[in-house]
Amino acid sequence: MLKAQGYVGAPQNRVDGRAKVTGEARYAAEFEVPDLAYGIVISSAIAKGRITSIDASAALAIPGVVQIFTHENRPRTAWFDRSYRDDVAPPGSPFRPLYDEQVVYSGQPIALVVADEFEIAAHAASLVRVEYETDTHMTDLDIKRSEAYVPPKKRSGVTPPPSPRGDADQAFAQAPVKVHGEYRIAIEHHNPMEPHASTVVYEEDGKLTIHDKTQGVQNSQRYVSSVFGLSSDQVRVVSPFVGGAFGSGLRPQYQLFLAVMAALELKRSVRVVLTRDQMFTFGYRPQAIQTISLGANPDGTLQSIMHDAVQTTSSFEDYQEVIVNWSNLLYHCDNVKLTYKLAQVDTYTPSDMRAPGAATGVTAIETAMDELAYAVGIDPVELRIRNYTEADEANKRDFTSKELRACYQLGAERFGWSTRNPQPRSMREGRELVGWGMATGVWEAFMQKTAARAVLHADGHLDVSTATSDIGTGTYTILAQIAADTLGLAINKVTTRIGDSSLPKSPVQGGSWTAASAGTAVQVACRSVRETLFKYAREMDGSPLANASLEHVSFADGRIVLTNDPETGISFTDIMRAKGVDTVEAEEMAAPGMMTSLRYSGYSHSAIFAEVRVDEELGIVRVTRIVNAVAAGTILNPKTARSQIIGGIVFGIGMALEEESLLDHNLGRFMNHNLAEYHVPVNADIHDIDVIFVSEHDDKLNPMGIKGLGEIGIVGTAAAIGNAIFHATGKRIREYPITVDKILG
Amino acid sequence: MNRFSYLRAGSVEEAVKAASADASARFIAGGTNLVDLMKYNVERPTRLIDITRLPLNTIEETESGGLRLGAMTTNDEVAHDARVRSRYPLLASAILAGASPQLRNAATTGGNLLQRTRCYYFYDTATPCNKREPGTGCPATFGRNRIHAILGTSDHCIATHPSDMCVALAALEAVIHVAGPNGERTIPMSEFHRLPGDRPEIDTTLQHGEIITAVELPPADFGSHYTYLKLRDRLSYAFALVSVAAALRMDGSTIAEARLALGGVAHKPWRDPDTEAMLRGHPASAERFATVADFILREAKGFEDNAFKIDLARRGIVRALSQAAAGTPQSQTDKRIR
Ligand SMILES: Cc1cc2nc3c(=O)[nH]c(=O)nc-3n(C[C@H](O)[C@H](O)[C@H](O)COP(=O)(O)OP(=O)(O)OC[C@H]3O[C@@H](n4cnc5c(N)ncnc54)[C@H](O)[C@@H]3O)c2cc1C
Ligand code: SF4
Repeated sequence: MLKAQGYVGAPQNRVDGRAKVTGEARYAAEFEVPDLAYGIVISSAIAKGRITSIDASAALAIPGVVQIFTHENRPRTAWFDRSYRDDVAPPGSPFRPLYDEQVVYSGQPIALVVADEFEIAAHAASLVRVEYETDTHMTDLDIKRSEAYVPPKKRSGVTPPPSPRGDADQAFAQAPVKVHGEYRIAIEHHNPMEPHASTVVYEEDGKLTIHDKTQGVQNSQRYVSSVFGLSSDQVRVVSPFVGGAFGSGLRPQYQLFLAVMAALELKRSVRVVLTRDQMFTFGYRPQAIQTISLGANPDGTLQSIMHDAVQTTSSFEDYQEVIVNWSNLLYHCDNVKLTYKLAQVDTYTPSDMRAPGAATGVTAIETAMDELAYAVGIDPVELRIRNYTEADEANKRDFTSKELRACYQLGAERFGWSTRNPQPRSMREGRELVGWGMATGVWEAFMQKTAARAVLHADGHLDVSTATSDIGTGTYTILAQIAADTLGLAINKVTTRIGDSSLPKSPVQGGSWTAASAGTAVQVACRSVRETLFKYAREMDGSPLANASLEHVSFADGRIVLTNDPETGISFTDIMRAKGVDTVEAEEMAAPGMMTSLRYSGYSHSAIFAEVRVDEELGIVRVTRIVNAVAAGTILNPKTARSQIIGGIVFGIGMALEEESLLDHNLGRFMNHNLAEYHVPVNADIHDIDVIFVSEHDDKLNPMGIKGLGEIGIVGTAAAIGNAIFHATGKRIREYPITVDKILG
Repeated sequence: MNRFSYLRAGSVEEAVKAASADASARFIAGGTNLVDLMKYNVERPTRLIDITRLPLNTIEETESGGLRLGAMTTNDEVAHDARVRSRYPLLASAILAGASPQLRNAATTGGNLLQRTRCYYFYDTATPCNKREPGTGCPATFGRNRIHAILGTSDHCIATHPSDMCVALAALEAVIHVAGPNGERTIPMSEFHRLPGDRPEIDTTLQHGEIITAVELPPADFGSHYTYLKLRDRLSYAFALVSVAAALRMDGSTIAEARLALGGVAHKPWRDPDTEAMLRGHPASAERFATVADFILREAKGFEDNAFKIDLARRGIVRALSQAAAGTPQSQTDKRIR
């Protein structure tokens, strides 16, 4: 059991905070390596066609240029495309860099220039001349949606829409109140601060140590081994720190392939770093067009839910996410029809981006629910409570826990929602119209099979490790908290090691599952150490604990003591000395309970309340206040937890008002590929953000009742803001981001 | 980025001489625009002439009672200079509306005048662009043109000049001092930037080899009724969709003199003396401002993504003139529009 006043549940500074602010924390492109060569990627200028010639002669003539890799001279790699599949790959044929002369998307890597110095490589790259024969490309979802299809093969981990229940069409036709709309979500790119980079160290024995920007070191390791035909002990991938990723680091990206290819061929260490514009040449949150029809009784109770989505994917993989299922998951209804289709466009495959699917689908359903609230004349919070569901109706399962009702109530109270006049344009201050809107958020609470190791040293120091990463969420800190509590140690006696493929097995860090998965694994490993240590203690000559059982002792301050007589006990050091061991170790695996997942559905929930001020004449929007009440099980560290939610909300403000990757359909190319023109919120856009953690006890998901917080903060935020804009202006905008042109238009 | 040679100029003469001798040499000042363009291979100078050590970094009084800003003064120095703040607060405000503190610390007065358009295509050598490679075409006209011009465009180019500082300089009728192979000359702000016409590759009337030595601000009396209103996609650190520099001299509630310049709408800061004449001698009123706004935008033409700018500009002009008339200029640090 965790101690009541332990580290878990108490605000705790990041254990890696100092390393980060002093620059001691190293990122993938920052590792010093002797005799390093630098690779610069050349990206395709066209969206579709074939390369007819690459003239690298001028570039090769530059002193210091080592090699220029293209499809014509690339070393042999795996033949079958399935060898390029990674843990997160959707169904299809993964992109193979430099495979042949075909160009399948604009920005595709088509050559790697390797030189002794970065500047030489950059100069040489600018001299490579590429000729193409172009084919007609298509990147416009509005045109391709007519060819949309249901993905024939489901993506692992992504639940397709459930079969229809009842008769949604008829129920809609007969419903006294109807709401129907089309909702659009723009393409977004992740844009973490740290660009993707790989430093491949070619060791003396020919083995590779790879510093990769990744959310999954073992995923990258498997990919490299499989593509280049190496055994896993020849490849070690490390990534102790990640400068943000938001999903962009889930799949191995092409800089990894290129750097490894060059290092193996040149038998030399190689670094490849992508430029900011190249950060727009792989995964992104796909564009989605959704239509929603809600039929309701005059009292607001839903009679019919129909939610259809069509979303872009590439021509080579069927990327999928869960968009439409949320509608019925949030609201009770007997007549439900949900569909999800893909349309292929000539861009790279989309990739998971913070709350993939939910950020898209919940934004639409929560906007539609606001429209329904106005159509029936019922307060938006009350409408949601009237349609509250206590069960996962599609799967006929109960929830492991669900405190969404309390989220609505506590959030509304803190926000002052009860004083809201529902009439649009009813509040103003000076030149600004004031609007209040709300929405629901929801995200799945996953747990994945994860292993961890714990090693207690005789001096009372504890090392815990697992291969997961810390993308900035605070994983180092929560693992140290859990370990310290389990063994009764001060947190500064715990060292956490993660982000290394040689450590115990862990899935990629994503889906908000790391706290629950790695956290449980660390707890189980530390418990195993506890048991061994206690066994040794009892075996000691004249042990005062000889007759005690594990339930009757406590681990505190590096000692095992009798719980009801804390003066009686033995220090860890003495126990280990008596046993004659330097360390007590354990490696354990934690996995979700099979029975639980069959019988229960686990989700975190939230209620978001937003205040906007819209300059009536100029159409400029400010989000002046957000209250987000989150029910996400046990909150391990309220401080880093709050940061996660605030980060998610800021992401949501970006989605609501600013973020959009602009595709030029004539060229099939993203055009605003830099941080000056791809807008994410800046400090001036952010005002009050208030986060409430609603107490939620969950004894089914995992021993500590952890649900994870990485994504829930963004879900619903854009809808709450859009709904507030409607309340302020009387104008319903169903296309995100809601930029000034849409407000004035 | 290509390889280049580097010269640190010791004098204006040396800088001019070195530049004149080499058609692909470039002066480098703060480097905040030039280095980016070099990284993107848009600019490929064979020689960089570093002018940061030239003695052009002072702000001095002129005989006529104006101020002379050395070309190497940084945007930050100008914006925080006490004389600029009290006598030309419009300029200080416009500068502070732009970029970020870090950029303003490096960017110079001369460099800001010569910064190039932010048109997406101009920066991306994988696409055609008449400004970058004359004769290749203008994909912006039929492509993504949300940030493009609505006034003074041509079939060849619809780019805007992105500077905030220059919009204030246009309103203040600044004069640009340059030195070149044929000696020194001055260029009025209104003639410094040009419209794209059929030569969009040429941004200004500055000749190759000429160096900007200073910007002269004539005496002005716009210290109390002015504003710089910048409308953009986020409240800071974004280029203007539309910006408005307004400066009035009020005689009671009547406008005695008016200056109005627009940013983000054309290939140069947009000013129209006829519009300003329509304000002179009239009481400040929203109706008058609306008429004036319609007039200055009378030839505005929108494209697929940016037609909204016409309406936004109209609204922005009315608000800016109201702010100026009321003596309540837009703050560049408040997280809101006044
Ligand atoms: C992310 C970002 C955001 C920005 N946002 C804004 C904004 O919101 N508003 C805004 O107004 N600006 C903005 N800027 C642009 C910034 O103001 C300019 O980059 C800066 O003013 C250029 O000055 P510099 O001294 O760095 O010029 P440099 O980059 O050194 O030079 C620019 C050009 O001017 C020439 N040059 C420089 N000095 C002289 C001289 N004395 N004589 C002749 N030629 C000369 C150079 O040869 C070069 O061609 C932004 C820039 C960036 C990178
Ligand atoms: S608008 Fe001007 S700068 Fe932009 S693509 Fe067209 S020609 Fe080039």
